Amino acid sequence: MNSTDKKDVRGFLEFVYDFYRSMKEHEITLVYEGEITHQITKAFTSLTESNMAKEEESNTVQKKVFHVMVECLQNISKHADDVGENDFMFSGRGIFMVAKGKEDYTVTTGNAIDNGRIGDLKTMLEQINSLDKDELTEMYKKQIKEGRLSEKGGAGLGFIDIKRKTGKNLEYHFLPISEQSSFFLLTSTISRLS
Amino acid sequence: MEVIKILGTDDTPSVTLDAANSNFEIAGRSLPEDVAAFYKPILEWIDKYVQGPNAKTVFNFKLIYFNTASSKMLLDILMKLEDLHTSGKEVLVKWHYPEDDEDMKEAGEEYADIVDVPFEQIGLS
Repeated sequence: MNSTDKKDVRGFLEFVYDFYRSMKEHEITLVYEGEITHQITKAFTSLTESNMAKEEESNTVQKKVFHVMVECLQNISKHADDVGENDFMFSGRGIFMVAKGKEDYTVTTGNAIDNGRIGDLKTMLEQINSLDKDELTEMYKKQIKEGRLSEKGGAGLGFIDIKRKTGKNLEYHFLPISEQSSFFLLTSTISRLS
Repeated sequence: MEVIKILGTDDTPSVTLDAANSNFEIAGRSLPEDVAAFYKPILEWIDKYVQGPNAKTVFNFKLIYFNTASSKMLLDILMKLEDLHTSGKEVLVKWHYPEDDEDMKEAGEEYADIVDVPFEQIGLS
């Protein structure tokens, strides 16, 4: 190994330490990048469940976190677009993160989407965020009655359900990847104080 | 009629559909990888059952968790029970929920609002 290689390795290990510290700083308890499959969904939810049980989190909070995790993970596995030009941005992949703060849990997802979908997504999220509890229940009932299961098994109810279960707005952001695609970030907050 | 007996797993519910013994039950957790495929035989069984149903059908839901994709399938089941009720047969849906689970209780109330079928809520401690 020559000296440049050694320096690279050292740089990399220092990056790992920085990465670790920044995870701690943001109270991140789980982070994953890659393909989101059903197996991954099961593994993450059961890992988080057993952690919460160990930490004696209330049943209500445990259930809400479980709900939000499942819906977020399934959103990626069913809806992430295959945007092609970057190999890490292919269908069904994304970043998934759970953070545990003093007052709440946050579940964050990020995945590539086609720019053509941004408009509809924004409209839907803004509509959901603008509704109160009763209005959301009405929207949920309407959607469950009228909506059909998509080819990939989505019922179009995930976002509505997250807002209903958490009582908190869905925060989101779109960052441009290229002319055709963007990175869609979504974060849900579950209060630990109930 | 054939009997459907499916054992539950950590992501699929246990299901019993037994007309001869008047036992109709879905219990546990429902977040199957392929929701449509999991519920297809169940819906088909109910379609057949309503052709020659028992005088009275008591259908028990004892779910502790279901995802939104499953919620659509549960409504499909309830709508078939609604049709059976409309056709003049006696039908009762018993919605069992963990007593401390407000969300699961509300889910039952919502289904009761959507479908026109006798509905009983039972909190389990």
